[in-house]
Amino acid sequence: MDLVTFGVQLLNAVQYGMVLFLVASGLTLVFGILGVINLAHGAFYMLGAYLAYWIATYTGSFALAMAGGVAIAFVVGLLLETVFIRRLYGRDHLAQVLLSFGLILSIDEAREILFGKDVHSVAPPAWLAGSFQLTDNLSYPVYRLAICAFCLVVAALIFLVVTRTRIGMIVRAGAENREMTRVLGIRFDVVNRYVFAVGIALAALGGIVVAPVSTVFPGMGDGMLILSFVVVVLGGIGSVAGAAIGALLIGLTDTFGKVFFPSVSSVLIYVLMAAVLLWRPNGILGRREV
Amino acid sequence: MNVLLEVSGLDAFYGASRILHGVDIAVARGEQVALIGRNGMGKTTLLRALMGLVPDCRGEVSFAGRDIRRAAPETIARAGLALVPEGRGIFASLSVTENLTMAARPGSDGRRTWTLARIFELFPRLHQRRNNGGHQLSGGEQQMLTIGRALMTNPDLILIDEATEGLAPLVARDIWTTLGVIRGEGIATIVVDKDFRSLAKIVDRVVLLAKGAVMFDGAPGDLTSRPELLERHLGV
Repeated sequence: MDLVTFGVQLLNAVQYGMVLFLVASGLTLVFGILGVINLAHGAFYMLGAYLAYWIATYTGSFALAMAGGVAIAFVVGLLLETVFIRRLYGRDHLAQVLLSFGLILSIDEAREILFGKDVHSVAPPAWLAGSFQLTDNLSYPVYRLAICAFCLVVAALIFLVVTRTRIGMIVRAGAENREMTRVLGIRFDVVNRYVFAVGIALAALGGIVVAPVSTVFPGMGDGMLILSFVVVVLGGIGSVAGAAIGALLIGLTDTFGKVFFPSVSSVLIYVLMAAVLLWRPNGILGRREV
Repeated sequence: MNVLLEVSGLDAFYGASRILHGVDIAVARGEQVALIGRNGMGKTTLLRALMGLVPDCRGEVSFAGRDIRRAAPETIARAGLALVPEGRGIFASLSVTENLTMAARPGSDGRRTWTLARIFELFPRLHQRRNNGGHQLSGGEQQMLTIGRALMTNPDLILIDEATEGLAPLVARDIWTTLGVIRGEGIATIVVDKDFRSLAKIVDRVVLLAKGAVMFDGAPGDLTSRPELLERHLGV
């Protein structure tokens, strides 16, 4: 493999890992802070992509599609937490799995009613639509690079909020000792609602961002859900930094696995997960007690 | 007497076992009360029950004229109660400054007497350690941080469990001095500690708990003059 091809594959791997990080960071936040296993996380990824398609079709603006899709997902997240998710706190995993599986079916049905079940494509914004010509017969789309840059900015924002703001301190304190934060007067019912909404918005954002480079189709969230769980377990449940490392590892393993070991590439990420868990049973940045 | 906290007939249960048996206590505004008794007599349970952390409670608890027995811990905290729990409960993954900042809130009447700067003035040691993580602090520093964090909520009543347990004598003296500062601010206190001599010097009143019930409630001098009570219930 020559250097240019390697470079292109590396960019693909990083871009894939970055999108995976967006989605998985939302999942790990909800899992780590609320203690809720949300199987419907992938469904919101799919919903985000369909919202992007729908808004972009009617307005012709990808920026509007992005802002609108994220805003709608956020509001839906607030509503779902208030009506359903809050009933799951402290319940066993079966209740969580049942409810979130029910959400998957409901969201799928809502998607079918609103947008149908057709496969769609979304055009990237015009100013990012071009390609870099690398060699005579090899080019790289500008939009894929833009995904990397955008995801880096979002990752930096998440990092800043978690490490530098009071709300970030509260969230970290709550993950460590929920009772003590409540004793200090922190209303965790409100914190939970916003954390869930942010988690859902991140899943939708992932779907919106990939819409122009993949196709928008009904089952697109399923694979993403499984990969996100692999990332969360790999990085350590509740750790956003761990999710970033896990997502990049999965991106690299999957992309280069397909290049070098195409016959076994589909199991490689699970081999990676098993190896990491043998080395660190709670994930790369996981705390001892979850 | 301007009553701040009034507890009457408080029973508390953990599962089937009954920990508190009809406890009656009243605390006036700005009053400093020592809560003493042997281990397992219900001191910690009483403090936790006041803070809303014991789900199964019966009786009446009113704070600043409000019924708080069934209230959630965050509601009770916002009403003006703060807890310095046994074992401190500081956030190990947060720095000293973050532990204090995350707790900051105006008091029940909107005052913001206690700020980060004032806590650092009260505990210069915490200022030196401000960027250290909670897990890097000594026991004394952890206790200062926990008290400082409770003060950041600008409380009217602060509950301190095992104020000086496990601390070196010099550090313990700093904590007693701090209790004097807290009193000077007009904040009421219920303080639990094994060091009855030091407590007796500073508090207005002593409440002795035995088997989940109040055995004695009065001035420290009145308890000192009853050695048989001290002998039986404290082993002093």
